[in-house]
Amino acid sequence: MDLASILLGGLAAGMVLFVVSVGLSVTMGLMGFVNLAHGGFAMLGGYAVVLAMRHWGLPFGAALALGFVAVALVAALLERTLYARLYRASELDQVLFTIGLVFVMVAGVTLTVGPETQGVQLPPWLRGQTDLGFLKYRTYSLALIAFGVLLMAALWLGFERTRIGAQIRAAVDNRRMAESMGVNVRRLFTLTFALGSGLAAAGGGLGAEILGLDPQYPLRYLAYFLIVVAVGGLGRVSGVFFAALALGVLDFVLKVHFPKGGTMFIYALTIAFLLARPQGLFGKRA
Amino acid sequence: MSAVLLETQGLSKRFGALEVARGIDFRLEAGARHALIGPNGAGKTTFVNLLTGVLAPTDGRVLLDGEDVTRLAPAKRVKRGIARTFQINQLFRGLPVLENVALAVAERLGAGGDMVRPAGRRADVLAEAGRLVELLHLGADAGRRIDELPYGRQRLVEIAIALGLEPRLLLLDEPAAGIPSAESHIVLEAIAALPPAIAVLIIEHDMDLVFRFAERITVLVGGAIFAEGTRAEIAANREVRAVYLGTALDA
Amino acid sequence: MSLPAATLEAATRHRLRAWEALPWLAALGAFFLFPDYLAFGTQVLVMILFALSLDLVLGYAGIVTLGHAAFFGAGAYTVAMLAAHAGWNEPLSGLAVAALVAGLLGLASGWVLLRTHGLTLLMLTLCTMALLEQAANMFSGFTGGFDGMPGLAFQPILGLFEFDVLYFRMQYLYALAVLFACFIALRVLVHSSFGRSLTGIRENLLRMHAVGAPVRARQVLAYAVSAALAGVAGAVFVQATSYVNLAVLGLERAAGVLIILILGGYGRLYGAFVGALAYLLLEHTLSKAYPTAWQLGIGITLVLVALYARNGILGLADALRRRWRER
Repeated sequence: MDLASILLGGLAAGMVLFVVSVGLSVTMGLMGFVNLAHGGFAMLGGYAVVLAMRHWGLPFGAALALGFVAVALVAALLERTLYARLYRASELDQVLFTIGLVFVMVAGVTLTVGPETQGVQLPPWLRGQTDLGFLKYRTYSLALIAFGVLLMAALWLGFERTRIGAQIRAAVDNRRMAESMGVNVRRLFTLTFALGSGLAAAGGGLGAEILGLDPQYPLRYLAYFLIVVAVGGLGRVSGVFFAALALGVLDFVLKVHFPKGGTMFIYALTIAFLLARPQGLFGKRA
Repeated sequence: MSAVLLETQGLSKRFGALEVARGIDFRLEAGARHALIGPNGAGKTTFVNLLTGVLAPTDGRVLLDGEDVTRLAPAKRVKRGIARTFQINQLFRGLPVLENVALAVAERLGAGGDMVRPAGRRADVLAEAGRLVELLHLGADAGRRIDELPYGRQRLVEIAIALGLEPRLLLLDEPAAGIPSAESHIVLEAIAALPPAIAVLIIEHDMDLVFRFAERITVLVGGAIFAEGTRAEIAANREVRAVYLGTALDA
Repeated sequence: MSLPAATLEAATRHRLRAWEALPWLAALGAFFLFPDYLAFGTQVLVMILFALSLDLVLGYAGIVTLGHAAFFGAGAYTVAMLAAHAGWNEPLSGLAVAALVAGLLGLASGWVLLRTHGLTLLMLTLCTMALLEQAANMFSGFTGGFDGMPGLAFQPILGLFEFDVLYFRMQYLYALAVLFACFIALRVLVHSSFGRSLTGIRENLLRMHAVGAPVRARQVLAYAVSAALAGVAGAVFVQATSYVNLAVLGLERAAGVLIILILGGYGRLYGAFVGALAYLLLEHTLSKAYPTAWQLGIGITLVLVALYARNGILGLADALRRRWRER
């Protein structure tokens, strides 16, 4: 495989990682809550998309939107009823709770749909290849890359130009100060959590053809989501963007050249990077 | 003139554009009974954090016994003889009162590294911890967990821990805050019982306590020293009263 | 509680209580009462040791790690590769080497990782474990990779006691003896001043710094000792089952031991016993029959534990006992 193909393939995978993980980064930066169940929301979104297309005949785009909304609502409900109880709890309790939640999600999906990998029927305009001039590449992957860039731009605008975005950024930087300036951090968090989980759901559906979609999804990619968030810097959207792209490309390259165990270099690099720079790419120094 | 125990030279701390400590030149002698007062947000706790090493200064030096300790980690400064209480209690909440104090005493006595001998067999640690518990009138609660105690009693444990470190310099951050006035004499008595060679610096808002305890007073405003002098000088200082605007400085 | 009573309690906390003989008597009793289930029993003993090692680092020192299987696996693979490639299959010396390797790994990774905390630390422990797992995968020529190395043979213990491949009798007693020795060492450590200081570090890190404790050195040391113990557990696992594969380094095993410790009750040593027995018994009976429902059940249990019963079974027992006394 030539360099351009590898690069594009890695970027596409990285974009999926970005879409899924950006929500986790913002909520972690905002509330410091260790949410290991984030991948579970991505999985639920993927399954929602698959089922909506299969049983209700929804087109891909509409199914994605449905997945986004449905999971966002479920996430908001879970946040208000369960997560909120553990904000002051120890890290251990948060870890236990979210692992338990993942198990429930995984088991739920296995019981209702089954343990097999689910495929997504891509709409015709996403299938096949596109001619870029210097290279012909899979349309779907190119679309993913484009979507990721658009999302990054939209999020950047959202954070820089809207009031809510400013409030989130302020609260991530210094929660107490934001509260004392009148920001309703509780409501902000529910909103962010819902949106972030919804995005993860969309990412799960979008990336089903690349990352796969089966009940093991949340646990298989748990380390990668956490790496992307930590390396990018908690709460830093641009950080998550670059970290996800880097991880996507690295993973792709390593899987091509060292299919057995090549990803060990990713873990080694992550350890080295975070030791040199514990706050991540763009995080603030503790 | 007793020896200078603690000295800061031009101690400054900036958070971005916010200056919380400006060029503080401060001196404390062995045996001092010194109070640090000032309006809220003046930077008093920040100053203590700078002294203990919890915060690193942007500029300036901290000298203990003439030795530059500006880069020294907090735990090492404790070993050099600085002990502090926190404005908000920092205790071992799940452990009983006696254990809280015993942990501090054990560290001072160098027992903390012993991986074999049972902690319970160190009679010296337990005896000293017991003595401090009695000193702070906590005997009846010695076996109760911190999170079962009223806030005021927890505050006393905070002080007992600091005393357990047998410091040469004791920094008390609002020691009486939260203690019911009927019991605040306990704090004063404990401090009065300290060996005279120890230097004690108190941050306080309770002016009654300040004027009963302090021989010298430093007034901090906006991160800089506003006034400094003996108890009498500060009490008579009209500008200091103006800064406090209504606080019971009019004795 | 008054001062004299509190002082007495603190001074005698380390003394052996009569009921502490119970787990060992029960284990010996099981040997005679359930001769057909000794393979399962050996698994329980191994997991108890593994959970004990996690208790030191998590229950006592307060370090939350999802990657403790890294050390279990390090011990496991050390013994396996010594046996398979170096012809070194004397069990006791193999144990010692495994403990040393795992302990050194714990020392190195602890020294490096414990500079971080919170999510970063958690994630780095995961990364360390995944790193080892993929490394074992990459060098599958040596390690047997995903399929593993079956048929590892070990010499009789002390030259006298042969491993009993059919009924696991010797394996069980071997595991029990190793567990007993490690438990004694751990119990001494936990009751020492060092062990108490770990509790202080767990309860309030800032305060421990403020009383002059060399916090990081203590954490790293606890981490290294815990790693060595986990390595011993992994080594016994391989010696008893004559088999090793990548699963010893996997997230499932790491999550499993965490669940076991939490279920039993962390920070009190005996929680590991209760948790391992309860979890493995339930898993043995339920998971085979209804694997998905089992996972659902575990998930719900974890959620409930995190919300209402964070101190596990022994914690609940304590709370009940206290309520009974206050009637």
